[in-house]
Amino acid sequence: MRRIVPLIPLLTAVALLAAACTPGPKDKPIADPGADVSGTVEFWHFFTDREATAIDGVVADFQASHPKIKVVVKSGQDDSKMTQAIGGGQGPDVGLSYSTDIVGQFCASGAWLDLGQYLTRDKVSLDGFPQTVKEYTQYKNKRCAMPVLADAYGLYYNKKLFAEAGIAGPPKTLDEFADAAKKLTKRSADGTIQVAGFLPLWGFYENAPSHLGPMVGGQWLKGDGTSAIGGDPAWQTLLKWQKDLVDWYGYDKLEAFRASLGDEYSDANAFQKGQVAMNFDGEYRIAFAKDQAPDLQFGVAPMPTSSPDRYGSGYVTGNVIGISRTAKNPEAAWELIKYLTTDTKAIVKLANTLKNIPTTKDALASPDLHLDPEFKVFVDIFNHPKTSTTPPSSAGPAYQETFQTFCDTWQSGGAADLGKGLSDVDKQVNSLLQLGG
Amino acid sequence: MPHKLRHALTVASFMAPATVGIVVFFLYPLGSAVYFSFTKFDLLSTPEWVGLRNYRHLFDDPFLTRAATNTLWLCVIMVPARMLGGLATAMLLTGLRRGSGIVRTIFYLPALAPPVAATLAFVYLLKPGVGPVNTALAQVGIDGPLWFNSPDWSKPSLVLLCLWAVGDVMVLYLAALLDVPQAQLEAARIDGANAWQRFRAVTLPNIAPVVTFTAVIGVITTLQYFAQAAVAASAASGQATTGAGISSTFGYPEGSTFTYPLWLYVVGFRYGALGYANAMAVVLFLVAFAVSLLLLRRSLKVT
Repeated sequence: MRRIVPLIPLLTAVALLAAACTPGPKDKPIADPGADVSGTVEFWHFFTDREATAIDGVVADFQASHPKIKVVVKSGQDDSKMTQAIGGGQGPDVGLSYSTDIVGQFCASGAWLDLGQYLTRDKVSLDGFPQTVKEYTQYKNKRCAMPVLADAYGLYYNKKLFAEAGIAGPPKTLDEFADAAKKLTKRSADGTIQVAGFLPLWGFYENAPSHLGPMVGGQWLKGDGTSAIGGDPAWQTLLKWQKDLVDWYGYDKLEAFRASLGDEYSDANAFQKGQVAMNFDGEYRIAFAKDQAPDLQFGVAPMPTSSPDRYGSGYVTGNVIGISRTAKNPEAAWELIKYLTTDTKAIVKLANTLKNIPTTKDALASPDLHLDPEFKVFVDIFNHPKTSTTPPSSAGPAYQETFQTFCDTWQSGGAADLGKGLSDVDKQVNSLLQLGG
Repeated sequence: MPHKLRHALTVASFMAPATVGIVVFFLYPLGSAVYFSFTKFDLLSTPEWVGLRNYRHLFDDPFLTRAATNTLWLCVIMVPARMLGGLATAMLLTGLRRGSGIVRTIFYLPALAPPVAATLAFVYLLKPGVGPVNTALAQVGIDGPLWFNSPDWSKPSLVLLCLWAVGDVMVLYLAALLDVPQAQLEAARIDGANAWQRFRAVTLPNIAPVVTFTAVIGVITTLQYFAQAAVAASAASGQATTGAGISSTFGYPEGSTFTYPLWLYVVGFRYGALGYANAMAVVLFLVAFAVSLLLLRRSLKVT
């Protein structure tokens, strides 16, 4: 003990040093309207390979129209790197993230600047953006992010297997969906699944509660940011429906079947190989399916819903872009963001190259947007008034992943009391909200 | 300059590089971790002092309990398995009369494989249905388990993976076994001691320091077990390993591979609760420290 005592003042000094070296938010005044903007902008994004080349093309267009601004692009940067860079005072001027989960934390902490002042100064109206997109790019009325393309989720179905089973078209209600899943399922003599009409396990490919929640209109968070999951009966409807279907197949049989399937983004994708007849996925699957499984005859439709007024809606999420509080040139950073998020030509060009959904009403209505019939289904889902998203939270995706963990336990039969299980989810989420953000 | 002061300065100057290293790379991070563990901190905002709140929550976190239980399981099973595997392989090699160099290399090579690549290869080998292991088992009429896709088999599958890459431990035992005095072994043999008695009374006491060392290092590395668990879960779940949802596959199947460091990473870097993550890190440090101390004291007593 005597040896440890002299260490205490040293550790205290170190702790004080740590406290002194930690970041604190700073406010930056913005320039007057019409001010001359020039200089260098460092732009970090997560895209790589073909997609990074698409971004480079749009950035080149920006530089052609803004010759006084030089953009230094750094591709393949992920969120945790950006968080650490901003925390360490070395963040990029502009950051583009694939995840709306960071919006709550970045807005609340001031890691990304409030863009409201720039929008007001430059008279950029937010009426040009669909409601869902506006929701996932702000937190508690603070707009620290803008949208750069989006993903919409819907139902993919195998037309050949539908014809063989004598099913006329995609199911629209939960009951129709379960019936179709059963009809489409093929088993061998010992009960092993050979083709699943639908693989209802949570965690399989895109089967996350966030993506399937719009089927029942489940609410995630209350107005004060705390968990609404336990108090919303819609989630119980979804979980009971899903568990009934799991039990019809047999949980162990489903796990064994899932274990034999290929990876989601490989050409062994189970839907593309005809091993799963119906699957939920984003619009990006169209390009994958046409490329990796050219012979697959598939159709797309909105997800089935628990009430007819929600049919046509779905889940939407997207990329977000913002200005770091450590930006060296925030004015030029804003010019780049304004171009990437409001210039119809730039948005349509990116959407056509990346095969994602554009995020402004003008771009959605643009005649230059390549709209094949399948892609149009997703654009319609995107535009549906009841389409929803996962709301930004100061604890990131804690509420989604805590719920997903319970869903895993529930489907395996590890939770007998659904109501209590969901209340425990609320408790855990609310604790994490207190500890984080 | 007085002689004493000169001497002290000389000593200090010789010690300076090590001292700077210890302060910058050990004491400063440790002090910071302890300080942050009493705060609410998200890496982006100014830390806010919250007293013991983070530590209190450790006792009220079902995810932490699950993660700590998994890590404890790995410490109890994986560490002895690696030690026994390493020792058995080393003993096998010391008994070889020919070609021991090549066999040693073959046994050691897996330890050089990057953990991520090795884990991906194991998930593929053990993939139910189409993987070579279950296909081979089916040939002899055995219905193989679901391995990484079964909550009962996922941790044993990780143990298999670590046994495959046991070369690092094996090399340590090999060196220790070759150091056991042949004269003592000969004397024991002449006295009529059988193989087990020779091992128990001669070999084991001689290699005891290496046994302790591998136990301490084994426990410390297993307490930090992260990469293999994360990759195995992600690959076995069939979901993409990139993108926003990476931590949603952690623990697959049914949380059976969710280890303490994984939860630490998730709460710290995904949920922005770095204060709480630091409290978890401090507890992990104390546990590793206590276990090491216990093992070293026991070993000193034995010797």
